[in-house]
Amino acid sequence: MDFGRISRRHLLQGGAALTLGAAAGARPAFAAETTIGFIYVGSRDDYGYNQAHAQGAAALKKIPGVKVVEEEKVPETDAVEKTIESMINLDGASLLFPTSFGYYNPHIVKMAAKYPKLHFEHCGGLWTDKDPKNAGSYFGYIDEAQYISGIVAGYTSKTGKLGFVAAKPIPQVLRNINAFALGAKLANPKATTQVIFTGDWSMPVKEAEATNSLIDQGVDVLTCHVDGPKTMVENAARRGAMVCGYHVDQSPLAPKAYLTGAEWNWEALYPKFVKMIAAGESIPNFYRGGLKEEIVKTSPYGEAVSAEARKHADEIKAKFLSAEGYAIFKGGLVDNKGKTVIAAGTDRGQKDPELEKMDYLVEGVIGATS
Amino acid sequence: MTSEAADSAEAVGAIAPAADAGFLQRYGGAIEYVLIPGAAVAGALAVFGIFVMLFGKNPLDLYFYMYYGAFGTWFSWQNTLTRAAPLILTALCTALPAQLGMVIIGGEGALLIGALSATSAALLLQGMPPFVVQIAMVIAGVIGGGLWITLAGALRQYRGVNETISSLLLVYIALAILNHLVEGMMRDPASLNKPSTREIGAANMIGSIPGTDVHWGLVFGLIAAVAAYILIYHTVFGFAARVAGGNIRAARIVGLGVSKLILTICFLAGGAAGLAGMVEVAAVQGRTNANLAAGYGFTGILVAFLARQNPLAIIPVAILLGGISASGGLLQRRLGLPDASVLVLQGIIFVFVLASDALYGRIGFLKGKS
Repeated sequence: MDFGRISRRHLLQGGAALTLGAAAGARPAFAAETTIGFIYVGSRDDYGYNQAHAQGAAALKKIPGVKVVEEEKVPETDAVEKTIESMINLDGASLLFPTSFGYYNPHIVKMAAKYPKLHFEHCGGLWTDKDPKNAGSYFGYIDEAQYISGIVAGYTSKTGKLGFVAAKPIPQVLRNINAFALGAKLANPKATTQVIFTGDWSMPVKEAEATNSLIDQGVDVLTCHVDGPKTMVENAARRGAMVCGYHVDQSPLAPKAYLTGAEWNWEALYPKFVKMIAAGESIPNFYRGGLKEEIVKTSPYGEAVSAEARKHADEIKAKFLSAEGYAIFKGGLVDNKGKTVIAAGTDRGQKDPELEKMDYLVEGVIGATS
Repeated sequence: MTSEAADSAEAVGAIAPAADAGFLQRYGGAIEYVLIPGAAVAGALAVFGIFVMLFGKNPLDLYFYMYYGAFGTWFSWQNTLTRAAPLILTALCTALPAQLGMVIIGGEGALLIGALSATSAALLLQGMPPFVVQIAMVIAGVIGGGLWITLAGALRQYRGVNETISSLLLVYIALAILNHLVEGMMRDPASLNKPSTREIGAANMIGSIPGTDVHWGLVFGLIAAVAAYILIYHTVFGFAARVAGGNIRAARIVGLGVSKLILTICFLAGGAAGLAGMVEVAAVQGRTNANLAAGYGFTGILVAFLARQNPLAIIPVAILLGGISASGGLLQRRLGLPDASVLVLQGIIFVFVLASDALYGRIGFLKGKS
């Protein structure tokens, strides 16, 4: 197969010696170069989940000797297996980042077993010890950044009504909603967070409807957890509401309305991974972290954020960054149906596996999980 | 439109006296069927080359990478065939009813219901020998998908509801049912952040064709397409269907049971798409979740129209479109084209092939005239 590839390349060179493809094919340093493949489920300029990963990929392109190949809009079917194999067979990729949550099982697991010498890094935190050792799944405690957003939102809201446009009532999303609501209550104990679930990760029409409906009900600060926050941010800003972003910095979309946001920090993590591999270290199969580990970050404060809000938010951020850390989900926590979900006296730290199964909305959130 | 053209071509073939006819007179129709779509695809590729040139890319590179990514290596071939497999089955969901003059575009819904039925069968029969489970999955998938499209056929036959609209709307109902069951009754409690049913079990998976990575769905598709061709063109039932498709009143006058024809054809059509759903579960995903709604049903419509609703022609057209999507990744990676460029190409091909419909029977030299 390799022989065929080279001879075809040469053929092409003969035919069109000056073309771009031939120039790439003629580059001799193939062996010295590490090729890294990135696979996105949506478009890489979505101002959201996929763009966050693409920014991480862009950071890798700056490292000498690293070549990055990217493919977007790859569905969570056997198409992703074929894309992985195509990157391995045709591009020579040795490290792959299939970034969508749904790629993991069965697709990445299958490919990692088939290509045991290559590395697979998946975003989502799904690795278990039954899975191949050359696969890993990393994830970040982005609820820490949502908590900071909540504090800022709580101070900024005049009505005390906050809104959250969410995709699905699954643990990851519920954890973000709850963290945001708890942060807001830190700033304003009476603040409520109203949540609307759209039902799927990318539903621009429903996201716009949810945004409008929340604002119609008096909500004046919004945030979201969907793949592309662009719809919510632009619509809310147009209606005069304030927003907290998600996934990446959306302040260019709404410079005046943007308060802060919960962002991924893949441009810090991915170069770290590549350096670890280059140094012969192995990346832990289950890699987690929050603000302190530089896996998530918060957007710079917008001009509308008051000094008081900044001070309080910075204080809490410093606690997250401190050695002893900070627990968002503390004992005596009651859900919005009046049931105690964390008994008084128990603090659930960020690494507590119980939090991964979250199926409730805390007191102060208006909405239902089903 | 297309079924009429097929009818007239068949009629020409049947009426032409075999003894004194020249080669072109006898085979002109058949040659037309290869030449015209071939020229249409070539024309579309030429226009796409110009389109790509506007982006500053070399069209020769484009054609090379398209060939290389789709058919250039054994791996590329497998990639293409894997992607073509579900399309053959979903295309039949549009092509079979087209013989009756019906435009069914709801293959996606039948696929989802077929997948859901097949998964249910497998989960109910846990512990039975894999062969029994697999047969039950095929039967359940075909019946589930079949009944789904029969619903659209019955609505048209008995209530006068336009089958195009109803079959399309049934897609959204199918998706809602799937999401409802997967997030509720059928949810595997362990699928925290990706609501899914329980897995059907590794032993019950149907696996790949030996020596390849291509799953058995391809063989199912080939058998179904050939069977559909024989049914339509070489049986009394198929003849009756084409008569009814040509002129429904004439069919009634000669005493054909039109209702029965419509319901049976719709059942077979939906059954094909349901089988595609079963294959997605039993060969790829191993369970049902929202990943199954990957658009195979919609691409199948395109395949059916490009094949001019001929079940045999569906096979090469599905392979062509499978190849386009297989090479799409390489175009993104090597030429930096956005994913949407593949959709542009599909659109151009579609327009060219539809426009080329007007050429049938008008190319002088193919009629055997001197």
